[in-house]
Amino acid sequence: MEDREGCQVIVNLRVNDEIRSAVARPADTLLDVLREKLGLTGAKPGCKNGDCGACTVLVDGWPQKSCLVLAVEAVGQWITTIEGLKDTPIQRAFIEQWAFQCGYCTPGFIMNSHGLIQHHPNANDETIKDWLSSNICRCTGYREIKDAVTSVLKEK
Amino acid sequence: MIPIDFEYYRPAAADEAVRLFQQLSSQGKEPVYYSGGTEIITLARINLFQTRAVIDIKGIPECSALAFQDQKLVLGSALTLSRIYDSNVFPLLGEVAAGIADRTSRNKITLGGNLFSRLIYREAVLPLLLTDSVLLIAGRSGVKQIQIDRIFDRTMQVEKGDFVAAAMTDLNYLSMRYAAVKKRKIAEIDYPLVSLAAIRVDGMIRLAFSGVCAFPFRSRLMEEILNRGRQPLKSRIEEAVGQLPAPILSDIRGSAEYREYVLKNVLSESIRELGGA
Amino acid sequence: MDVIGKSVPRKESPDKVTGRAKYTGDSMETGLLHARMAASPYAHARIVKVDTSHAWGIQGVRAIITGDFCDVLTGEEIRDRPILAKDKVRYFGETVAVVVADSEVSAKRAADAIHIQYDPLPVVNSPAAAIEKNAPLVHENMMSYEKAIGVASIPGTNIPSLIKIRKGDMEQGWRECGTIIENTVSFAPSDHSAMETRSALAEISPDGRIHIETSSQAPFAVKKYMGLYFNIEQGRIRVKTPLVGGGYGGKAAIQLELIAYLASKAVGGRKVKIVNTREEDMVTSPAHIGLEARVKLGCTDEGKIRAAEIVYLFDGGAYCDKSSDVARAAAADCTGPYAIEHLHCDCYTVYTNHPYATAYRGYGHAELTFAMERALDVLAEKAGLDPLELRLRNAVVPGNTSPTRNVLTASNLGNLQACIGRLRILAEWDDWKIKTIDSHKIRAKGISCCWKNSSMDPNASSGAVISFNADASVNVESGVVEIGTGTKTVLAQMVAERMKMAPEHVHVRIRVNTMITPEHWKTVASRGTFMAGRAVLEAADDAIAQLLRIAACVLRTDPEELELGYGKIYVKADPSIHIKVKDICYGYTYPSGNSIGGQIIGRGSYMQSRMTYLDPHTGEGRPGPEWNVAAQAVEVELDTREYRYKILKAISVIDAGKVLNPKGAEGQVMGAMSMGLGFAGRESFLFDGQGVVLNASLRDYTLIRYGEHPDYVVEFVETPCVEAPFGARALGEHGLIGMPAALASALSRAAGVRLNELPLIPELIWRLKAGMPHDSD
Repeated sequence: MEDREGCQVIVNLRVNDEIRSAVARPADTLLDVLREKLGLTGAKPGCKNGDCGACTVLVDGWPQKSCLVLAVEAVGQWITTIEGLKDTPIQRAFIEQWAFQCGYCTPGFIMNSHGLIQHHPNANDETIKDWLSSNICRCTGYREIKDAVTSVLKEK
Repeated sequence: MIPIDFEYYRPAAADEAVRLFQQLSSQGKEPVYYSGGTEIITLARINLFQTRAVIDIKGIPECSALAFQDQKLVLGSALTLSRIYDSNVFPLLGEVAAGIADRTSRNKITLGGNLFSRLIYREAVLPLLLTDSVLLIAGRSGVKQIQIDRIFDRTMQVEKGDFVAAAMTDLNYLSMRYAAVKKRKIAEIDYPLVSLAAIRVDGMIRLAFSGVCAFPFRSRLMEEILNRGRQPLKSRIEEAVGQLPAPILSDIRGSAEYREYVLKNVLSESIRELGGA
Repeated sequence: MDVIGKSVPRKESPDKVTGRAKYTGDSMETGLLHARMAASPYAHARIVKVDTSHAWGIQGVRAIITGDFCDVLTGEEIRDRPILAKDKVRYFGETVAVVVADSEVSAKRAADAIHIQYDPLPVVNSPAAAIEKNAPLVHENMMSYEKAIGVASIPGTNIPSLIKIRKGDMEQGWRECGTIIENTVSFAPSDHSAMETRSALAEISPDGRIHIETSSQAPFAVKKYMGLYFNIEQGRIRVKTPLVGGGYGGKAAIQLELIAYLASKAVGGRKVKIVNTREEDMVTSPAHIGLEARVKLGCTDEGKIRAAEIVYLFDGGAYCDKSSDVARAAAADCTGPYAIEHLHCDCYTVYTNHPYATAYRGYGHAELTFAMERALDVLAEKAGLDPLELRLRNAVVPGNTSPTRNVLTASNLGNLQACIGRLRILAEWDDWKIKTIDSHKIRAKGISCCWKNSSMDPNASSGAVISFNADASVNVESGVVEIGTGTKTVLAQMVAERMKMAPEHVHVRIRVNTMITPEHWKTVASRGTFMAGRAVLEAADDAIAQLLRIAACVLRTDPEELELGYGKIYVKADPSIHIKVKDICYGYTYPSGNSIGGQIIGRGSYMQSRMTYLDPHTGEGRPGPEWNVAAQAVEVELDTREYRYKILKAISVIDAGKVLNPKGAEGQVMGAMSMGLGFAGRESFLFDGQGVVLNASLRDYTLIRYGEHPDYVVEFVETPCVEAPFGARALGEHGLIGMPAALASALSRAAGVRLNELPLIPELIWRLKAGMPHDSD
């Protein structure tokens, strides 16, 4: 995995239950490798500075801003991107509650919400706020996102 | 996208990390220890961070410790701020940590990373300063234990090549009454205008600050003034604020005058809360 | 059918929740070249020397271009902007050089390695400074620029545009007023902050054809203006736009496409991709306009406003782009939705050394509304009138005239009194306006009314095509860009309603390709449902007529006897006599094999009629089709210790004409309210004394996040607009327009000070309370 000349290395990532290989620089972020090398463009660059959350994926089940993770760091961990979610309750709830408009922040919001629901099936408003304030949505007024997340939590 | 290239190492033991550091240094690669890495990644993206090798310490067992040993809580420097908060082992540290950045970012930001931040805030240091915590520092001569106030002066003053593997805090401190207040400009996710951590130890209130000056600090002089029982609180606060170790910050988050005003309020509230009025 | 008025889910929903939705920046392909920019660190400086020698040394660099590469000036209102700065830079973040390289890393490294030597010039750092005598000139040769019709520049100044609105007789107006007040407001430029940063790809074919893919709200305008700027036949320019990750007006500007085109040209036409970093998106690409305004108002003892004198100084920044047109829109509606007979308004657009302004949701109306409504509050206070009552007494009604002297009707206006009446109840206005909660918490409410006409080119048009699939489902092609407003879903609803079919059987194409998609002027100004709606309805009617003609042959009757619905064409008098649409939409085949008809293709187009330019001396004219109205309120809880506050509730009552898709409409309004509250409460570029933007990142330019949002109350009044599809009015912007004024009003009431500046940060309130100096002093 390590190339001492400091150029490119082969990174084997476990993404959405598949082992995927990519040639990358150690300085490449997980976000860039997912998008540019693996074609998983669901994670979106919004700031590449850890501020907006549009690039959120799950790493070992925890939400991570993939722009704040080096691809080489994620070797050996379970990575789930929006492409790895199939007809989950939170995806259905986002549609039913109109929890998106332009859709750009949506993958990040869904991944964060999905992680929240897995870890805190009984999350109270404070915990929901703590988690979801990691992401920015510029189109909605957030109420629809709240409705989507709470509707899934209630079902549980 | 990070424009610089660096090598990435992930040693499994502290001594291996130290050896790597020496070796990479001698090759002129100006290595850095890498824990959460959020700051290295974001600063490197805008050309504010240079290195040719990073040494990720997350694979070193001591750095991931979360244990009670000999009446002390041991927290590894590679523990994330979220992990510390969720574990609830050190409520004051957990609460201060939970005010840093946002939850998802805290899933990556680590205790050690925050202590060594190049930004001026480094809020995680406040609880450690207040509790006389001891840092486990790995270096060429093995692992040393050093009390934090002997090594933290505005910034961490570790020797080149050394790294903090863990922080140890006396259990007695963990259950003491504390206050943690963070005031921001307006947004709920932002750097502080004023961040204050306080703890009541044997009837005396200790206080540490971030966001007030260009570095975080605990001031024993201010503590001495603020703990004077007979003086009215308002005048103690006035006097203590006159003894700040550096000018109050004035920046895009707030002017020095407003910061001072907020600081006084925060002091008043916290001291009352801790029964020091 | 009852498809209209139902919350039909967005057509692109499944793609958006699975990561399949594709945006411009998601285009990845081998062999693609990447461009990165070098930006100016100065707001105003002469470019002395650009040294690219180090940059050329970076591996993978294919081209480096600077201002010398192209001497075309661009701009929709005034052609004042070089694509890359030439000779001098006029704002912080302006593009000075572009590198094209094999990878983004190489391009960035090389861009950073370009050494640019500047000679700083005095900076024009505010509109007030721009109009000072002897102010440094941002554009020395302003009068030589090509200008659009109606743009009146003042020679030798920093004023590229002055618009005058004159109505009535000011002297008489003031004479009638028992109470006269004057108030000033100001705010600096700010950002759109769409979550998708702008991005573009460009390629030039060997035969000279240009292919652009861009995250634009205006792909057809990109085609038009690129043709104009570079003197290329429009047929040789093809612009594609997939889904767009939010626009809010900011992506109606043509900027990055031009850079991508030059970059491709510099490498022999190879495909080049450029994606703004967040920082570039904030300051290099155009921004939201700033304003300094002075409003003088007077009312009679009965509270009738008789006269208004208004001066708007819009901070257009370093280049005009759409700022003079934003100013025109603001001037045309300068009074807000109040009948004021005697009116004098001077509306200036000024050049400053700030990032340049383009359209922003509301197009000048949140800005004028802030100025007017703050003045109205002062007038109410001085005249001893309830602020809501003052607004109600002066609310425009049919029969009044607009500042541009158009006669207002129920159809072109809507019912503001009904909106105010409903707001009064929803906000519990008459119960309390301010109340103390505990020793340091005060709650207060503020209100604002607004109107907005949709500014556009007088000849703006929209086209649509409807085709069939053999199963009788239909395909709708429209040039509206799906920027998040759900317009294409609403268009499908319209077609389904008109053709009496299920909306699931109406397929819309999301991606726009200017070569095959009928033109839709620009996806701006809340005109999508109106213009494209009229076009798709005409296309549906056209298709229906064709179907009826064929069916009439088959059923041996007249088309007039027939009706379409539920997948059939049937005889109105006896629906049992019918033929299925799927049996005729590709022609009808008789048992013998003889066939008639052919595939059905419906066409429709719509152009707004009777629009005019404004008279340069009086402002008389018809700037847009209708003034839609709304009334809004905000409730805050202020902590009087540090003047931190919570926005508890935000209310909008909008005359929607007809709500076509309730969830969609409500979402548009809540989103707009959130944006308006963000703009009001925290968003502003912070400039240092040299015009440098200090907060060009989402870390330092904070946006409202989850949990900071208020409880939203959204209600609609439905006064149909006769010309609009199903009577529906524009509503995508109104939610934003009154929020800054309402928030400032509520906070002013709570704090007991007059807040006339944005953003409304606690420190500002504290400074006013403490009598300390602040920016406007």
